[in-house]
Amino acid sequence: MSAHSSETISNSVLWGGDGSPFRISYGKLMMWLFLISDALTFGGLLIAYGFERHAIGSWPLAEKVFSAFPGTGTMKLPLIYVALMTFILIISSVTMVLAVEAGHRLDKKKVKKWMILTVIGGLFFLLSQVWEWSHFIHGSGGYITTTTGEYYHFDKDYGFHEGDVAHMEFTNEMALVQNKYGMGESLTLSNEESKKIFDQRVDFFHGANLKRNEYHPGHPQYANFFFFITGFHGFHVFSGVVINFLILLQVMKGTYDKRGHFEMVEKSGLYWHFIDLVWVFVFTFFYLV
Amino acid sequence: MERDDLIRDHEYSVAANHDEAHGVATRKSITFVTILLSVLTIVEVGIGWVISRDHSTMWAMTKIALIIMTLVKARYIVMSFMHLGEERKNLKKTIIIPYIFFMVYMITLIILLESNYVNTVILQQELVTP
Repeated sequence: MSAHSSETISNSVLWGGDGSPFRISYGKLMMWLFLISDALTFGGLLIAYGFERHAIGSWPLAEKVFSAFPGTGTMKLPLIYVALMTFILIISSVTMVLAVEAGHRLDKKKVKKWMILTVIGGLFFLLSQVWEWSHFIHGSGGYITTTTGEYYHFDKDYGFHEGDVAHMEFTNEMALVQNKYGMGESLTLSNEESKKIFDQRVDFFHGANLKRNEYHPGHPQYANFFFFITGFHGFHVFSGVVINFLILLQVMKGTYDKRGHFEMVEKSGLYWHFIDLVWVFVFTFFYLV
Repeated sequence: MERDDLIRDHEYSVAANHDEAHGVATRKSITFVTILLSVLTIVEVGIGWVISRDHSTMWAMTKIALIIMTLVKARYIVMSFMHLGEERKNLKKTIIIPYIFFMVYMITLIILLESNYVNTVILQQELVTP
């Protein structure tokens, strides 16, 4: 040990106590630390999701649950809307990184332009998520429970409500579907067969809330994880849009010109890219696999 | 009180490395990453559309491919968009290595082992003896 202590260490490798050992400013380092802890939170949510999904064994297929697109009626376009949302978020991440790059060159006009586009992209994503949530909560047809405790879904939305179980009327165009959301072979029954099963109904439910959902009858976890994971992410997008907007106001006011650097843009950029990063994982694990 | 939003280290200072030429190179890499992320997303959705989700080996392989594509996307977002690739090595390691360790053991112990135990031992038994 004495040999070690007598060794002289070159000053070029020593941190002299001035500046940061990571050669990164205080604010950026703190943002990274915050992002690490936030990543652990999202990691925890996704881990819990993976655990429940494998422990339960059966799970609805995302391509059957998320197959609607605004303005196309009952057309089946599996995952196209989510892909569009993903694309919007990626593009708004790109405009953010362009704002950061313009900030490095102290180009205030460009920073302003890219920040405005980033805020618009974020708002677009938020509105898409509002539509997605409202569609998910409303559901697409609902299901009946028979006297034997089996579940049958309606093929389309016929506008029934939970209260009408006793007074629901069966018409010639209606059909019931077995395993509509893909847990097992999906099978559409004929109108006569459907009528027979329909007469044995004891319960009707459509849409989703924290206690029940039509996508995975008997298991609230599916909707719960949808609400918590996309909701927590959506909350991050919301706060990201607010932060970006406030930074944009500061850019327009000229605060960073006076300060001599646009590091605040870089810090909010880190947060915004992190939101995109989380969505890449949510997209894969909640919607794709 | 001393301000902490000033960057004192000259090597890191904004004006030092960020001239117009550097900007051109940065924008070039941004374009590359944008195209890569878009293409990967389109491929992911395309695969999800073409290959049916059943219990086949084909789908199991596809899942692994999708996860690898996700990790590639994540790498480019963190290293290029968040500029972690340009930071010092010690910062990179401080951020990435603990997280990877944490995730690996959480995935192995909770998602793979514990969930399998709950599924086969607890839930399946409940089905047999209600």
